[in-house]
Amino acid sequence: MLETIWFYIWGLLWAIYFMLDGFDLGLATLRPFLARNDTENRIIYNSMGPFWDGNEVWLITAGGVTFAAFPTTYAVMFSTLYTPLLMLLFGLIIRAVSFEFRGKGDSQAWRKLWDTCQFIGSFGPALLLGVAFANIFQGIPFDDKGVFHGTLLTLLNPYGLVGGALFVVMFAVHGAIWLAIKSEGDLHARAASFAAKLWVALLVIAVIFLIHTWFATPLYKNYLASPVLFLIPLATVAALLVTRLFIGQAQWWKAWFASSATIMGATMFGVAGLYPNLLPSSLNPAFSLTAFNSSSTHLTLTIMLVVALIFVPIVIAYQAWGYYIFREKLNEESLYSDEAY
Amino acid sequence: MDVLMLSRLQFAVATMFHFIFVPLTLGLAVLVAIMETLYVRSGDEEYKRMAKFWGKIFLINFAVGVVTGITLEFQFGTNWGVYSKYVGDFFGSLLAIVATTSFFLESTFIAIWFFGWKKLSPKVHALCIWLVAIASTGSAYWILVANSWMQHPVGYVIRGGRAEMVDFWAVISQPFAILTFLHNVFAGYIVAAFFVMGVSAYHLLRKSNVSFFSKSFRLGLIFAVVFTIGEVIVGDFHGKYMAAAQPTKLAAVESVWETGRGVPFSMLVIPDEENERNLVEAIQIPKFMSWLVYGDWNAEIKGLKAWPKEERPPVTLVFWSFRLMVGLGFLFVLLALIGMVRWNKLESSPLYLRVMMYSIPLPYIASELGWIVTEVGRQPWIVNGVMKTSQAVSPIAFSQVATSLVAFIVLYSLLGLAAFVIIIKFARKGPEAAAA
Repeated sequence: MLETIWFYIWGLLWAIYFMLDGFDLGLATLRPFLARNDTENRIIYNSMGPFWDGNEVWLITAGGVTFAAFPTTYAVMFSTLYTPLLMLLFGLIIRAVSFEFRGKGDSQAWRKLWDTCQFIGSFGPALLLGVAFANIFQGIPFDDKGVFHGTLLTLLNPYGLVGGALFVVMFAVHGAIWLAIKSEGDLHARAASFAAKLWVALLVIAVIFLIHTWFATPLYKNYLASPVLFLIPLATVAALLVTRLFIGQAQWWKAWFASSATIMGATMFGVAGLYPNLLPSSLNPAFSLTAFNSSSTHLTLTIMLVVALIFVPIVIAYQAWGYYIFREKLNEESLYSDEAY
Repeated sequence: MDVLMLSRLQFAVATMFHFIFVPLTLGLAVLVAIMETLYVRSGDEEYKRMAKFWGKIFLINFAVGVVTGITLEFQFGTNWGVYSKYVGDFFGSLLAIVATTSFFLESTFIAIWFFGWKKLSPKVHALCIWLVAIASTGSAYWILVANSWMQHPVGYVIRGGRAEMVDFWAVISQPFAILTFLHNVFAGYIVAAFFVMGVSAYHLLRKSNVSFFSKSFRLGLIFAVVFTIGEVIVGDFHGKYMAAAQPTKLAAVESVWETGRGVPFSMLVIPDEENERNLVEAIQIPKFMSWLVYGDWNAEIKGLKAWPKEERPPVTLVFWSFRLMVGLGFLFVLLALIGMVRWNKLESSPLYLRVMMYSIPLPYIASELGWIVTEVGRQPWIVNGVMKTSQAVSPIAFSQVATSLVAFIVLYSLLGLAAFVIIIKFARKGPEAAAA
């Protein structure tokens, strides 16, 4: 029971991470195509300014919870995915410092350098996270000792790449909507049109992904066993359609929430299909790591549950407060502030 | 060179680089919080400018600290998979707790604080930086509880091929952890105090923003006096606990080869690891080491030869790191006390100011040396007496680790350089002009 609870908390933490950091990563991926001048660049930076750091902690927590609740999964997942994970890490590092460093040098070349870092450090992680999770859904070639039998190219299989594309586009839509909330004038109009156009691409990729999942992974087994689970993908598709509706009506906050629900739903679709596996082995199902054969002791799971039940709601409350404080639109004037990026 | 050695090197690079940024975060958060509190209570705009100026430097430093911290979490899984499996029940839960209770709090409120000057009332705004200070201190506590468990494992049983938790309270309340925590937090306060004093000294020497930097310097100085002296006391207690928990580390730290009673303390020692002796042992104080460690002039101290060679840590590195750290620790007390004596004429003490300016790196060096003693001194164990470092490494390919190690060194060097240049630039520029 505790194992099952933690399995779903684990999934939920990843879902929240994708939802929150998703718009930062997506918007920073689009930034070179959205911004026409330095002012617009800075508005985009500042639209993410007060949020990206707190968002990223959800990744640390998701990783930490994997370690705490399912140590064996953590060990095997992180060592089999060694190269992509370190690439993800390097990406997130250069993205993070690009925020702090860009505005603190005077030359054009300096800003260009950090703009490039931010793009690579956002597009790269979005892609890698998608590739990694798609590969987890279909199983990773590791043996009973947790030794990985493959290379980076093994992970770049067609299904993995569809997963990567899904994440990149899903985050891009999410980010474009966020910029539509936070900007005015031309930039706002461009963000709105990007959101509408990318939404079409997202729909296409989502359909491909759902069909490809049928052929490439065993995820649907759980769904066929308990059809009530189909509510998750149905709700996700509904959220995706509603996102378009709100984009059309220019109701940006609502569109953002709908897009958030889409990301959460897409993640939970995979998680529910995966259960009870956390890391399936494609060599032999007997090697697969599950919520039951890789978990910590009940004492640890109980302590962790108490901590999570107390602190996660508090975290959500103060982060929501932070979003509320910095909810207003940004324009050229906001950039005069001493603190602006 | 094998996967083990490369992974150890990579961990050393990642940890030592991370720990360049951690201590300043710990200390400067509190100093900035005090500055802003002074502003809220007195209404003196200068304190507000101080909080803003030092806060800007804080944020640059903080960002690099955060991102390099993720590396550490990831590495337990990527490079130390066997270790992670073996101790995840403890170690993982402590990391998860630190993320949920502290990392969120720091990262969220530092942003609210930094961007929220015009959006929040002064009191709520000041509360935000206090939350950051509390959260960074809290994160230090949890991380150091985890590290202390590796030095002195308690509250566990070995069951089913792994260490399982049986007593959570024992893990989080053991004196070893509390002392390690205080030792590190004080080190952070010293780093920050010397940083603030050093940067202020630079400006005072140039007579720029004299009132602003006089106040900053004195605030740093008070901190320095309290915590350099505090550190000597905490360090002494910590050393005594370490001696009991890790006698091999103690023997290496003092380069004691033969077991004996009433062991003298030599001011000058040169270890000769190969021949299991000291090349030089001069200026001895009889029985003093026994007293230092156990408070008993005739206490027995176990020498390194009491353990087989493969169970001893590298002596030379541990010994010199410790000696240098302690020497620096006493130097910090001295520098702080000189400052106190010259409290009223600091601005007209160019030599002292210059010394303080060039002293900025010293507490950083002392902190890194302390971690070398802690981590290298624990070898060959990853968990003292329970698991050897050589058994802990992931089944990964040599080429993977070699590549990532090179990537880390290149990326971190560039990152460090950029952070250094920017922090220096902003420190030199000084505060924004006061509003007319």
